Amino acid sequence: MTNPVMRFWRSTIGRKAVMAVTGIIGIGFLLAHITGNLLVFKGPDAINSYSHFLHGPGAELLWIARVVLILAVILHVAAAYSLTQQSHAARPVGYSMRKPQVSTFASRTMRWGGLLILIFIIFHILHFTTGTFHPGGDYVEGDVYINVVHAFHVWWVAAFYMFTMIVLGFHLYHGAWSSARTLSIIGDSPQPLHRRLAMIIAVVVWLGFTLVPLGVLLGWVG
Amino acid sequence: MELNSKVPPGPLTAKWDQHKFDIKLVNPANKRKYDIIVVGSGLAGASAAATLSELGYRIKCFCFQDSPRRAHSIAAQGGINAAKNYQNDGDSVFRLFYDTLKGGDFRSRESNSYRLAQLSVNIIDQCVAQGVPFAREYGGTLANRSFGGAQVSRTFYARGQTGQQLLLGAYQALEKQIAKGLVTMYPRTEMLDLVMIDGRARGIVVRNLITGKIESHAADAVVLATGGYSNVFYLSTNARGSNATAIWRAYKRGAAFANPCFTQIHPTCIPVSGDYQSKLTLMSESLRNDGRVWVPKAKGDKRAPNDIPHAERDYYLERKYPAFGNLGPRDITSRAAKEVCDEGRGVGESGRGVYLDFADAIKRLGDSTITERYGNLFEMYERITDENPYKVPMRIYPAPHYTMGGLWVDYNLMTTIPGLYALGEANFSDHGANRLGASALMQGLADGYFVIPYTIGDYLARGGFNAVNTDMPEFKSTEREIAEKTSKLLAIDGKRTVDSIHRELGHIMWDYCGMSRNDAGLHKALDMIPKLREEFWTDVNVPGSAVELNQALEKAGRVSDFLELAQLMVRDAINRTESCGAHFREESQTPDGEALRDDEHFAYVAAWEYAGADAAPILNKEPLEFESIHLSTRNYK
Amino acid sequence: MMNLKLHVWRQPSAKDTGRLETYEARDVSPDMSFLEMLDVVNEDLIVTGKRPIAFDHDCREGICGSCGMMINGVAHGPQRGTATCQLHMRTFKDGDEIVIEPWRAQAFPIIKDLVVDRSAFDRIIQRGGYISVNTGGAPDGNDILVGKDRADHAMDAAACIGCGACVAACPNASSSLFTGAKITHLGKLPQGQPERDRRVVAMVEQMDEEGFGNCSWFGECQEACPKEISIDVIKQMNHDYVAAAARGSD
Repeated sequence: MTNPVMRFWRSTIGRKAVMAVTGIIGIGFLLAHITGNLLVFKGPDAINSYSHFLHGPGAELLWIARVVLILAVILHVAAAYSLTQQSHAARPVGYSMRKPQVSTFASRTMRWGGLLILIFIIFHILHFTTGTFHPGGDYVEGDVYINVVHAFHVWWVAAFYMFTMIVLGFHLYHGAWSSARTLSIIGDSPQPLHRRLAMIIAVVVWLGFTLVPLGVLLGWVG
Repeated sequence: MELNSKVPPGPLTAKWDQHKFDIKLVNPANKRKYDIIVVGSGLAGASAAATLSELGYRIKCFCFQDSPRRAHSIAAQGGINAAKNYQNDGDSVFRLFYDTLKGGDFRSRESNSYRLAQLSVNIIDQCVAQGVPFAREYGGTLANRSFGGAQVSRTFYARGQTGQQLLLGAYQALEKQIAKGLVTMYPRTEMLDLVMIDGRARGIVVRNLITGKIESHAADAVVLATGGYSNVFYLSTNARGSNATAIWRAYKRGAAFANPCFTQIHPTCIPVSGDYQSKLTLMSESLRNDGRVWVPKAKGDKRAPNDIPHAERDYYLERKYPAFGNLGPRDITSRAAKEVCDEGRGVGESGRGVYLDFADAIKRLGDSTITERYGNLFEMYERITDENPYKVPMRIYPAPHYTMGGLWVDYNLMTTIPGLYALGEANFSDHGANRLGASALMQGLADGYFVIPYTIGDYLARGGFNAVNTDMPEFKSTEREIAEKTSKLLAIDGKRTVDSIHRELGHIMWDYCGMSRNDAGLHKALDMIPKLREEFWTDVNVPGSAVELNQALEKAGRVSDFLELAQLMVRDAINRTESCGAHFREESQTPDGEALRDDEHFAYVAAWEYAGADAAPILNKEPLEFESIHLSTRNYK
Repeated sequence: MMNLKLHVWRQPSAKDTGRLETYEARDVSPDMSFLEMLDVVNEDLIVTGKRPIAFDHDCREGICGSCGMMINGVAHGPQRGTATCQLHMRTFKDGDEIVIEPWRAQAFPIIKDLVVDRSAFDRIIQRGGYISVNTGGAPDGNDILVGKDRADHAMDAAACIGCGACVAACPNASSSLFTGAKITHLGKLPQGQPERDRRVVAMVEQMDEEGFGNCSWFGECQEACPKEISIDVIKQMNHDYVAAAARGSD
C-alpha cells in the first residue's frame, strides 16, 4: 500500500484538512500578533520591551514558532494551489450564465485574496522583520515603535496595509468558518450557512491590525 | 395453449415450503455457468439481479434510464405492507393474504397471494439489514401506518418516499454486485425484442439509446421486470418512459397476456389542468389516513370550499362505507369520486375533482404533526397547484396508476415461454382485479429477493440447453426486423407528432376503457384503435436518425406497441362482462351501484395468446380455485 | 398566457461543439411545468421539420432525479427545493428570456443537448455506497433498534435523488454533497458501522478519480439540492474520512 501520508495528501479532503489546520494555526498567530501590536498604543517602552522579550532568552521558541508558521504557509499555499488546479479541471467549459445563490463574496474571492495575502506576507517580512525594504525612514533594529511610526507615515504603505487587512478579514470570514466545518469541530446546524464566530474573528483581526496604521496616520501614535 | 400453473399440492400454508424442497437446485459451482438476463432495474429487477448474482449466476441487467436507480419504483410514496403484527392489532400472514385476495375481488391465484403475504415479513428484515431508513418510534422500533382496504396498521414507510428508499436499497445491492464484476449493467439500453431458440427464451435484442446501435445478448433465461402499462392512457401516474414494449414483444413471441383489462385507477391524484399536461401526479394514499373526502351536497355549488358549511358537505365515503370510511380500497374509492362528479357535484374548474380535506386533522393533531407525516406531499401539491393544502382542501381525482394485468406466469413466475420469467408489475399474478395500497412494493421485492432466486434454479437444473450465440440466425433475423421497423418509422415523415397520437389513444382508453366500461363504448374503442394505429403508421413524424440519441424514435416505438396493446385490453374488457375490482362493467352492478361479480362464469384468469398480426387473439382460461377461503361479496360498509 | 424567448444549448453529440440557439415559446400557461413548456416547444420543432431538444426526464414528480438543467444560471431554476420537472411556469412572466444549459462538469460529459452522462455517481456508489449483506438470513427488523432522531437524520441524507444539481451548482464542480449524503445515510445507522471506514475512504477516492472538484464550502449545492440536503453531510464525510485515515483504514 502506498504511504498513508501521501494518500491523505492526494485526496481532496486530506488537502482541505491540511488547509484548515494550517489556517487555524494562522488565525492563532494573527490573534497573538494583534495583542502584541496594540502595545504600540501604550507607548514605545511597552512595545519595545515586548519585542525584547520575544528576542530575549528562549528565542529558540520564537524560531520554532517561525518554522511552524512558515511550514503552515507553505502547506496552505501548496494545497490551495493544487486544489484550485483541480477545480479548474473539474469544469473545463463554463456556463454562459451562472448566478451564485448563497455563496458569499468572501468565499468567491478566497483565491485572489489568498494570493494578495501571500504577497503581503513577503512584503511585511521584508518591511518589519528584516528591514530590507523600509521606505519612510531608516530601519532601526530593535526599535519597533520607531519603525512602525516611520513606516505608516508613508501614505501608500498605510493604505496597502489597510486594504490587505480588509481582504484578510474576508479571507478569515470564510476561512475560519469553513476550516471548522472541514475539520468537523462544530456541530450540525439547522442553518449551516450562518457563521457568527467567523464574523467575530474576521472583525477582530481586521480592526486589530488596522488600528495601528490608522493610529499613526491620525497621529494617535508617534 | 396449456396453462399449467404448477401450484404445488398440499395445504395453502405449506405450499411454498414444500415447493422449495421439491424443486431442483443448481450446484453452487455450476451456477456460474448460467447466464441470466434481467430486463428492468426497479424493485423487482434490481432485487432479482442482485440476488441471482449473489447466488453465483452471471447476470446482465438492462434499463432504459441512465442509471438503475431511476426506475419508476422510486416514485412509490406511501409504504410497503408486511404481516409483522408489530402493532399487536390482530394482523397475521393469513389476514394479509385474505385482505389481498378480497381487495383483488377474488380474481388472483390463491397460492401466489398467500406466498406474497408469507414473504412480506422477510422483505422488511432484508431492507432493514440493507440500511433502508424506515420510520421509527422513539423507542427505536419500526413505525407503521394504515392503508386502504385494511383494518390493521401494517404499512412500513420512509416518510413519503418509501419506494425511493426501497429502490435505493435494491440499487445499492445491485451496485455492490456490479462492483464485484458479477453483474454487467447496461443503462440507457432498451429491450426491443425477445429471441427464441428451440422454443425457449434465449436472449434479447436491444437498442443502445446513446449510439442507436442494435445489439443482441444471449442467455439461458430471461427475466422481465419491466413494470406496467398504465401509460397506454397517455396521462397516468407512471413515469414518462414507462412502457410495455418488453412484455408486448414477449406476448407476440408466444407469452400469454393475462387480464389486460385489469387496470387500477388511483383515487388520489392531482386533477388534470390543461391539454399540455404530460403526467398526473399521485398524492399518496396514506393521506386518506387523516384527510376527509367530500363534495358539496348541492350540484354546481361553486363556493370556495371553506365557505361551504359543514352541513352542506357530503362526506360521501364516510356516508357510504362507514366501516372503512376514507380508507376503502382504491377501485371503490375511485368509482365513488367519478359518481359524485358525474352527478355534477365535482369541484374545481373542470368539475372533475373532489376535496381531500385536512382541516379536522390539523385541528386535532396540529400543523407540525401533519407536516411530519405529509410535509413533502403538501409541498409537492402546492408546487403543482399553487394552493396551500394547510389552508384550502386539496382537490383530487382518480388517475391510471397500476396494471394488475400482465404476462401470465405460473407459480414459478415463468411465462408460457420456457425460460422467460416475469416479475413485479409486469406479471399478473398476485393482485387479482385490484391491488391494495402498499402492496406493489411488496410484490416487486418478494418476486426479486425471494421467489425467482429459488424457482429459476428449477428450470436451469433441468438442463437440455444447446449452446447459443448471438451470431445465430434467430438473433440476426430479429435484429433485421427491428432495423426495418426503425427505418419505417423514420421514413413516414408525416404531420403528426408521436405525442399527439399517444394523447388521442389515451382519450379513447380513458373514455371507453377507464373507470367504468360498457359494451357499446368498448366496441366503439375497438373500432377507433385500429384507425388510429393506421394513422400512426401513415402520418406520424419521427425526426432524426437511428444512429443517435433520438428520444422521438424511442417514444414512437413504445407508442406503436401501446396502440396494439390497447386493443387487447379492450377485447379483454369486452369478454369479461362481469364487474370485478377495478374492472367495472356498467351492465353488471348491484342496485346501489356496487360491482357485481359473476363467479359462475368468470372465476378465471383470461390469458390471451397471440395468433398473428391479423388474427384475433385466442382466449385461454386458467380457472381460479379457492381452497382456503369462501368467495364472498366484497363489503366495505 | 405568456410568450417567452428561450436560449437553449444545442449540441448534436459529445463530439460536436455546441452553442446556444434561440427559440420562441408561445402561449405558455402558468400552470405548465417547465418540462411541459419544453414539450410544447419540441412539438413545434417537430412539425416544422426541426430536431427536438433532447433532455432527460422520467417520473416528472421530482423523485427519479433524471431531469436537471441550468435555468438562467441556477441549477433546477429559481424555485428552492424543486427539481426542474416540478418547476412551474408561474415563476416566470410574460416576455422573460430564459437561458437553458446542461450541467457542466468534466465528470458529467454531455451526450446531446441537455443530456449529460452522470454514471460517475453510480461508480461512486459502487465503491461502497451500500451495506454488504446478501439476500437472506437478515435478523428481525426490530432486532436492530434505531432511535427516531437517528433514523430521521439518516433519512434526511438518504433523500438524495442523484440528479447532479450539487455538482452543477458548485463553482468547483464538486460532488461532495452527493457523496456525503450517502456516507451520512449509512454512517448514521447501526447497520452501516462495520464498513464505515472502508466506505468513506473508497468513495472519496472514487469521487476524486472521477475528476470532481473539492469542497470550498460555497454552500451552493445545498441551495440547489431539490431535496434540500444540508451541507452538514459534507462535514460528516470529512469527519469520517479524517477519522478513517487516522485509523489507517484502507
